[in-house]
Amino acid sequence: MTTTTPEVPATATAPVPTAASVAHQKLTSPWASFAAIIIATLWTIPTIGLFISSFRPEEDVKTSGWWTWFSSPNVTLENYHEVLTGSDTKLATYFVNSIVITIPSVLIPITLATLAAYAFAWMKFPGRDFLFVAVFAMQIVPIQVTMIPLLKLYVDPPFGLPQLAGKFWTIWLSHSIFALPLAIYLLHNFMKEVPGELIEAARVDGAGHVRIFTKIMLPLMAPAIAAFGIFQFLWVWNDLLVALVFGGGNLDLSPLTVRLAELSGTRDNDWQILSAGAFVSLIVPLVVFLSLQRYFVRGLLAGSVKG
Amino acid sequence: MSVPYKFGQMFIAIGAFVAVMGVVLFLADRVRSRKGEVVQTVVFVLPATLMIAFGLLYPGLRTIYESFKDASAQKFVGFDNYKTIFTSEDQITVLRNTAIWVIVTPVLATLIGLVYAVLIDKAKIEKFAKALIFLPMAISLVGASLIWKFVYDYKATENQQIGLANQVLKWLGLDTYRFLLTEPWNTIFLIVIMIWVQAGFAMTVLSASIKAIPDDIVEAARLDGVSGMRMFRYITVPSIRPSLIVVLTTISIATLKVFDIVRTATGGNFNTSVLAYEFYRQSFVSFNNGLGAALAVMLFILVTPIVVYNIRQMRKLEAR
Repeated sequence: MTTTTPEVPATATAPVPTAASVAHQKLTSPWASFAAIIIATLWTIPTIGLFISSFRPEEDVKTSGWWTWFSSPNVTLENYHEVLTGSDTKLATYFVNSIVITIPSVLIPITLATLAAYAFAWMKFPGRDFLFVAVFAMQIVPIQVTMIPLLKLYVDPPFGLPQLAGKFWTIWLSHSIFALPLAIYLLHNFMKEVPGELIEAARVDGAGHVRIFTKIMLPLMAPAIAAFGIFQFLWVWNDLLVALVFGGGNLDLSPLTVRLAELSGTRDNDWQILSAGAFVSLIVPLVVFLSLQRYFVRGLLAGSVKG
Repeated sequence: MSVPYKFGQMFIAIGAFVAVMGVVLFLADRVRSRKGEVVQTVVFVLPATLMIAFGLLYPGLRTIYESFKDASAQKFVGFDNYKTIFTSEDQITVLRNTAIWVIVTPVLATLIGLVYAVLIDKAKIEKFAKALIFLPMAISLVGASLIWKFVYDYKATENQQIGLANQVLKWLGLDTYRFLLTEPWNTIFLIVIMIWVQAGFAMTVLSASIKAIPDDIVEAARLDGVSGMRMFRYITVPSIRPSLIVVLTTISIATLKVFDIVRTATGGNFNTSVLAYEFYRQSFVSFNNGLGAALAVMLFILVTPIVVYNIRQMRKLEAR
């Protein structure tokens, strides 16, 4: 959540010894490498095990460990076919729900937060600093604290507004609201770094705030917006609590995570289903991770206190 | 709802949002002079501020108010709900578990992340080695819980095992073990999942901050004959202390709010419930409005000092 969040350096730096590398050399390499390999193994084996299982026939999954697959490698796509289209699981539907939930839940808060961040950084109006601190302070509110009253607002909205319960709007709005304080704060920090002369020059030329925002700020903010966008995308895609509470158990509105959590309770011995199901939900974050690692790490670190 | 209908809903929503924002911005741009400034300010600030006011501020205050009412939100009961949290046996277990989670997870995740960051620093495959540990951060906690639930799968000792953990016990000649059912250690086995997810975060931040230690400090220490463990203890750790604090507090915050793991792995049964899960259970399963609200407020009270401290440390880190 800091603007100067250390990114993962893409390239190795010059071979100047750092404290760590010295410590590393002196830790006598065999043991150090051994420890590193142990950690790396512990961190990958569980995922590999589930991944292999998702391609094994039901009979094999239920009667033998996935490590025996190497001696009797049976491969099938039946599990994926079953979880995606089977009448009991139909994850394809929930995959669609996840997409329908996620895209607006990213676009809406980013748009509103960028506008507000610009205002807090470059517009002058009474009460600006107070309002900004108030928005900033809202980051401490855990989303749990807001859930029940927010749900009541959706079911029984004030000022004669239309009722939102039972629609995707409840989930879109909730995700948007929960994203705003952090998004405004982060984008504000980036905007503040833009040199003031740039804005002043544009103003002298007669450009209004709207034009400065669209013509100067948005292009400069693109990397920051992308980083936050990726973070928010994964946050929404991986979320369980918000979808559970604001979807109200309505299967038409439930994303993959809700359905998987449910299957984990009702089909808890059918590991051929659970393993394939898990990978259907993991594929999107994994692709995002592998293709956008640079932005991804930055975004994830930036938003690490959210929730 | 059919698939085209859902996508239709989504495109209508996005279209409406873009159209409204576009028209409002266009109109705001047309108004010139002093009045234009005011209109533009309102257009930029108001939507986000209103959403925060109605979606965070009002509900937050409302929940605090509701926490002093009874289960059906009818009568005021004073501090009774809070008394329940600190006296009922179930709730004390919840508090105890939450305490274990918040102490164990940040410490172990940070330690593992730090050790790993040091070990792979400057290694030939550093980028790849980092990706391996970081990958769990990308996936959902539901997915992570499923992955580990499969590791913990239990079958009686004489049967074929399908869970790796019990197979390892068998290879060691031990009896199989119900990892998620046997109290009180089941909480620890749930915590393992969170550590598995969070260590990558610790490793990434700490690795970057290790690389930022000035070379002259390291060089000077080396000329003084400092090396190995002492280099780690007296140079590396003190130099990255601010980052260590940020990592520890950030993981504590995430851990306090942990919900998905408990729900997916055990459903809060077998005495594994924690504050954030208990809030959900009381509010949406038992429909005990007052107690649910009080639990949410407890979470808020516990999280606030850590967040404040975390933000202050982060600002210090930025200022450097």
